[in-house]
Amino acid sequence: MLVTILTRYGALLVEAMGQTLLLALCGLFFACILGLFFGLLSVLRSRVCNIISTIFVDIIRGLPMIVLAFFIYFGVPQFVNNLLPGGGFTLSALQAGTAALALNCGAYMSEIIRAGIQSVDKGQMEAARSLGLPYWKAMRKVVLPQAIRTMIPSIINQFIITLKDTSILSVIGFPELVNSAKNVVANTMRPLEVWFIVGVMYLIVITILSRVAKLLERRLNRGRE
Amino acid sequence: MAANKDNVKIHVSHLKKNFGKLEVLKDVSIDIHEGEVVVILGPSGSGKSTFLRCLNRLEEITDGTVVIDGYDITDKHTDINKVRENVGMVFQLFNLFNNLDVMGNMILAPTELKKASKEEAKETAMRLLKRVGLADKADAYPAQLSGGQKQRVAIARALAMNPDIMLFDEPTSALDPEMVGEVLQVMQNLAKEGMTMVVVTHEIGFAREVASRVIFMEGGYIIEEGTPDEVINHPKEQRTIDFLSKVL
Repeated sequence: MLVTILTRYGALLVEAMGQTLLLALCGLFFACILGLFFGLLSVLRSRVCNIISTIFVDIIRGLPMIVLAFFIYFGVPQFVNNLLPGGGFTLSALQAGTAALALNCGAYMSEIIRAGIQSVDKGQMEAARSLGLPYWKAMRKVVLPQAIRTMIPSIINQFIITLKDTSILSVIGFPELVNSAKNVVANTMRPLEVWFIVGVMYLIVITILSRVAKLLERRLNRGRE
Repeated sequence: MAANKDNVKIHVSHLKKNFGKLEVLKDVSIDIHEGEVVVILGPSGSGKSTFLRCLNRLEEITDGTVVIDGYDITDKHTDINKVRENVGMVFQLFNLFNNLDVMGNMILAPTELKKASKEEAKETAMRLLKRVGLADKADAYPAQLSGGQKQRVAIARALAMNPDIMLFDEPTSALDPEMVGEVLQVMQNLAKEGMTMVVVTHEIGFAREVASRVIFMEGGYIIEEGTPDEVINHPKEQRTIDFLSKVL
């Protein structure tokens, strides 16, 4: 039976995995931007910036992503259409899904980046400033490169969590792996085999990803010791 | 260039520095002239490091005036980065950039601040590394160097900006005893070449041999100042005598 399902639905499931990866990639891209932005806000010597960053992180961390996804997918178009009558504004599942993932993952990335920057000895910034380098140049050339090294394991971890979290977005109808698998189960009435296959697929992709990440980590750390 | 009256390189008047409610510097005034080597002695907590860090505004100044090379750095309109280009600083814990090799450390500021092309900066860097005896370490990363080597690179890195003034914040305090000499030697050579230097240190021997003026600080004030002979060999103030009796 496993073989039958694989031959009949294998291509469909692989394609769905492609959609999962597409969604994860889009989400992660914007999550990195958000994370860097709010992470930097939280280390600046400005109380207003710190507070803005804290509020963002607290709100996002305090919401289950499924609520965030429903809010963005159904709530935001309603809000926009109330504001601009006559406009048939809608969000695609990919757009809403990307936004939900980016916000969710961005908040955690922001915390990772803040901790990474704060882990760099403050003498590094002082030495750079004492040579006449402006704050942002010192940040970019001296502090961030060192912070990124310590952040990498946590960032990889966060990437993997985000990849798995794409499955939550099946609720807004995005055709990623879990959503497609549900359809296959409905057609075949074979939950055991289908979910087994889906599980193995996630395992394979995530294992490859973490191996590649480990390699990258080792390369970046070369010359450090 | 702004006026440079009577070769005064550093002019400090009624400098105050608070950390919250704690008054670290209460009222410090001093003029330091071109080519002078001023050594600051004092017990820990006397404010000597804070004083040094106020001279390039690594610490925000609470009150008073600090004029470096004619630029009032207590004035909000002064471009502090420009002033810092001319004031090298050497730290107790070296603070070499860990993400860059020795050459990268040397050329970062000169190239980023458009002081020199990459080739020029590398040439200068090699010349300075030779001077501190580390030409063979250009490709090494900070983690591969000993403490003394790190500190010599740090001095060379500061010199790469071709500063008029050098500040030393306990440059030998974190070194193993056998490495103190090599760093002091570099500093002594620098003094001979006429560099204006302000040095916070516990090395009384260095103060005695190299300083043109010794300052004793305690409790946020300058207690006593004069030639090394006056302050170290014939101190007048009781607090100076007490301090020296503990360290000599």
